[in-house]
Amino acid sequence: MCGIAGLIHRGKSSNVGNELQAMLQALKHRGPDSTGYALYADNDGENFIMRFKVGENVGEGSSSVNEDESVYDKRKELVDDMLKNLGAKVLKEEKLTPYSYRYEMKYDDDLMDFSKKIESIESVEILSIGKSLELIKDLGDAQAVLDRYDLGKVTGTHAIGHARMATESGVDIKSAHPFWGYPFSDVSVVHNGQLTNYWNNRRVLENKGMRFMSECDSELIAVYLAEKMRNGATLEEGMKDSLSGLDGVFTYFVATKDSLGMAKDTMAAKPLVLYESDDLVAMGSEEIAIRSILPQEIDTYDPFDGEVKVWQI
Amino acid sequence: MANLKTTEKKTKAQSMGLHTEVLTGKTQQKFFNPDEAENFYYWGTYDVDFNKRIDLDVNDLDCKEANKKIDELMSQGYGTIVIKNPQGKHSLGVGVLNKLNLIFEGSLGYFGVGSIDGPTVRINGRVGWSCAENMMAGKVVIEKNAGSCFGAAVRGGDLICKGSVGARTGIDQKGGTIIVGGDAGAFTGFMMQRGRIIILGNVGINLGDSMYDGTIYVGGKIGSFGSDAIESPMTKSDIDWIRRKLKVAEIGGNFDISKMTKVVAGKKLWNYDALEPTEKKGAI
Repeated sequence: MCGIAGLIHRGKSSNVGNELQAMLQALKHRGPDSTGYALYADNDGENFIMRFKVGENVGEGSSSVNEDESVYDKRKELVDDMLKNLGAKVLKEEKLTPYSYRYEMKYDDDLMDFSKKIESIESVEILSIGKSLELIKDLGDAQAVLDRYDLGKVTGTHAIGHARMATESGVDIKSAHPFWGYPFSDVSVVHNGQLTNYWNNRRVLENKGMRFMSECDSELIAVYLAEKMRNGATLEEGMKDSLSGLDGVFTYFVATKDSLGMAKDTMAAKPLVLYESDDLVAMGSEEIAIRSILPQEIDTYDPFDGEVKVWQI
Repeated sequence: MANLKTTEKKTKAQSMGLHTEVLTGKTQQKFFNPDEAENFYYWGTYDVDFNKRIDLDVNDLDCKEANKKIDELMSQGYGTIVIKNPQGKHSLGVGVLNKLNLIFEGSLGYFGVGSIDGPTVRINGRVGWSCAENMMAGKVVIEKNAGSCFGAAVRGGDLICKGSVGARTGIDQKGGTIIVGGDAGAFTGFMMQRGRIIILGNVGINLGDSMYDGTIYVGGKIGSFGSDAIESPMTKSDIDWIRRKLKVAEIGGNFDISKMTKVVAGKKLWNYDALEPTEKKGAI
């Protein structure tokens, strides 16, 4: 099933961490396995924020193999060495959990090559790179993830998130949403639905040099859009193209540094409720997600089949 | 409760040989017997007074508690119940099998007022997916928009949305009337079997796909026709009937009904009326 939620404040910042938590918590019944946040925070915009993991959460409900925590530290040292070799300057590092880190760094070269080299280290995955994107995903509900990563203080302009019910792939962080739009900074995707031409598209995109980190079909959307944008398409053009390029049922959100978009498949098989005003757009799989931040009576609607919309901050 | 005499006679379905297969499920082994007195007890039927009115704030109640409270109020004779702060919660007002004025001051989530038989419902807000699913009788008016699967499998009554509705409106419809003041999404009237749908605005692709029977009237543009859905000429009876229905629905006052498109089943696909064995039809 899965639940997705997103919001964008136009012309101002807000406490998007708490707002998204409220929306995702309301959708917990749609996806209790893992929760993910892509928050576009009020960072200085000068340096890159890289969030990465060196192992999996092996807590209750996880489908990952249990590892000794000492290997996490070894992998982290390898990442640090690689960053030095690549010429990246780490300005600040935070250990968030035994298996995940947040680095603030300076780097001026190609992100694709950078990511490939970092991820060549065993079990290391870059969750996101961006100047405002803070991508956090882990097992547990929205409240548990918010508390674990201290997201309640994060302010920003927009955010998308996901409450996952694992179906076709494991209960682990690598299969959790949102997915980073590798290799573009500040691009993230969440998806509700199922893609039936995943393997065909994956083979084609891998031959074009794109990377997949999981076997979760939703990752395809992020990679698909990234590849379109790499070839010069705008985000909206890529999203419109995906309506025919992706087969199956889907409603997905994609966010960039300054925009938020939604797309719904041509059969409108997956739910989406939308609220739109001059200063705020909020959307989610169910109305209760929107009501969690807007309890007053408001006008909402279901976008139609094959609809694509993009909003700017 | 009626005191009916029991009989050793086989039921009609058994006498037609429909229960010769080996059934293992616990519920499957219990056949419906029309002579059993329990089948004459109609759950949730109360004498209510429409002038006896009460407000019910459901802000702190979940759907089970709220629905139980509605039932309790009906048992106390309340005939007009105003629900405050529904806040988009799911499954509110389901299973009301009674005459009742039920008013929601706000929006509902999924499966709102499903499986109802008789009440008059007004929703001063929006509804989510599958509103009034399996409705048997009554009238439901939604002041704003509705989600997908609006009126799925309705069997009777009038279901009215003054705004726009999502995809698969009237899917599997078996009777009654669905009226939409705005637009409707893809697959409207998908697999419908009986009843009528009136859409004053535009509809999406695959209108009336795989419909067995029933009629769909569209006032605006049609994205595309579905399999076996065909256009049929509008008659005076159609126009008169729609005019009367729109009046009841309180929408489309100045709408030019004569320019609507009438869509019916081509009946080239599977038709259960023509092909179903006679004995099964008898049992149904």
